[in-house]
Amino acid sequence: MRIRALTVRIFRQFIRDKRTLALLFAAPLFILTLVYFVFGGGGTVPKIGAVGLPESLVQSLSVSKADIVPYESADEARRALDRRELDAVLSLSAGKPALLLEGSDPSRSRAVLLAFAAIRGPAAESQVQPEVTYLHGKAGMSSFDSFGPVMIGFFSFFFVFLLAGVAFLRERTTGTMERLMATPIRRYEIVLGYLSGFGLFAIVQAALIAVFAVYVLGMYMTGSIWLILLINLLLTLTALTLGTLLSAFASSEFQIIQFVPLVIVPQAFFSGLFPLDGMSPWLHKLTYLMPLYYGGDALRDIMIRGAGFGGIAVDVAVLLGLSLLFAMLNVVALKKQRAI
Amino acid sequence: MTNAQGTRFGGYSADTADIADTAAKPTGSAAIELSEVARSFDDRAVLRSISLVIGRGELFGLLGPSGSGKTTLIKLIAGIDASPDGQIRVLGERVPSLRLLSHIGYMAQADALYGELTASENLQFFGAMFGLSGERLSGRIASSLSTVGLTADAGKLVSHFSGGMKRRLSLAVALLHEPELLILDEPTVGIDPVLRVSIWESLAALRDRGTTILLTTHVMDEADRCDRIGLIRDGLLTAVGSPEELKTAAGAATIEEAFIRLGGGEA
Repeated sequence: MRIRALTVRIFRQFIRDKRTLALLFAAPLFILTLVYFVFGGGGTVPKIGAVGLPESLVQSLSVSKADIVPYESADEARRALDRRELDAVLSLSAGKPALLLEGSDPSRSRAVLLAFAAIRGPAAESQVQPEVTYLHGKAGMSSFDSFGPVMIGFFSFFFVFLLAGVAFLRERTTGTMERLMATPIRRYEIVLGYLSGFGLFAIVQAALIAVFAVYVLGMYMTGSIWLILLINLLLTLTALTLGTLLSAFASSEFQIIQFVPLVIVPQAFFSGLFPLDGMSPWLHKLTYLMPLYYGGDALRDIMIRGAGFGGIAVDVAVLLGLSLLFAMLNVVALKKQRAI
Repeated sequence: MTNAQGTRFGGYSADTADIADTAAKPTGSAAIELSEVARSFDDRAVLRSISLVIGRGELFGLLGPSGSGKTTLIKLIAGIDASPDGQIRVLGERVPSLRLLSHIGYMAQADALYGELTASENLQFFGAMFGLSGERLSGRIASSLSTVGLTADAGKLVSHFSGGMKRRLSLAVALLHEPELLILDEPTVGIDPVLRVSIWESLAALRDRGTTILLTTHVMDEADRCDRIGLIRDGLLTAVGSPEELKTAAGAATIEEAFIRLGGGEA
């Protein structure tokens, strides 16, 4: 009954705090939409300056995905490159094609090289062209489709972590925690009450983000939406328990914010947004400590590789385990407030 | 009197020792018994070897300057702190005890209310924490609100309340479950004189119905209204007795003078 009263109280506080509601529900959708517009395009079309090239070569380049601008002199093309009007300059030196890349943006350089590789196609036409099929994903999948699933998990995690941490902290700074501790409520009842009160909003948020990403932004998705909801929910549960636990070690809202670079940012790096293959192996093992790694991994498996429950069972178990661990640690941490 | 600091009240001169004796004699069975209670934070002693008995139905005031350890002491008695050295028994039970908390009404210095909730929603929440529900809960809410004169404001959000209204609502929360022991930390701070009188009338009425009340104050004229007062200074209980006893013992006309003389200060 105390747990229910606590849930009702948190619910009432939440629905009257319109700004926080907006942060929880609208902010993730807003950022996800921004990410969609930034990364959702079909890739960049490189602009290549061509100096003294035979007409045939220019034509074949234009067919592939590149914008060819003819230049009379090499100097002129070079100046255009300096002004960053071009991504590369293609010229002939000693009868062989030479490519000068602007080079400050690896993704643009790659696009140039890709377009250049395509023009060798006709020369190699006599050779056997492999038939290309995709095990997962599809041709023309954008970066948004690829790291979108991780983004979904990240937003679920981040906003709930912040809100739960601050809410739990404020209970202490306003003295209501002390008053709560002067009632016969048990420490575990406080933690469970918070879980169910915040969990209510976390479920809605998780569903909103997932449905918005898949059905409105059209994020690539082959798996089950229910599994996505499950993983999202578990991620927010982990965020909730971790946020309330860490708030025990903060004495102001500002100190909660200080946990963001310590707890959230490293997780973003290790969550699968960036390839980690080049990382030294011992550092790589850090990923196993990060809830977002499991969430991101599972979401990618579901959305891109169409994994069923069997494929994500380990991630589910780890996320549940972490939540349980954080919740129990929190029950212990509350001893700071009251010995029993 | 100059050696009062650092010793317990057994070490006082003859006339204050008499007062200490009455302190040890509770009226009826004891509501609160402290023996040799001490508490320190990071090696800094906040309370030093405090022994005190408060009888049931007493209105007991702890008087002392801010920083003297009043709040720490009543938190220990309410059982919302780590376990201290020494022994505390409240209503015959060893502190801390979860069961005991149902019989204590505690009001901290901070108002500790939820601003996003209305007055009656705050009371509903804390009532549920004490296991009240249904008709009994709504009955108790109505009665507590009327005690503090907030019946008309029951449906207002607490964030729109004035400081005095919050203080009164905070008191109503403490009264909600009809506790046998009421522990109030500076109950009348920030409350205007008219309201202060009415709150003291409510406290006296509660005491007359058998509720034991322990409160802290640093307002001297409030101390005069208590059945007994304990003077606390630098974590030491320097004297305990009725206001009259303390004044006589110190040969002082007012509690203020008595406090300065008995408290060990060299005013």
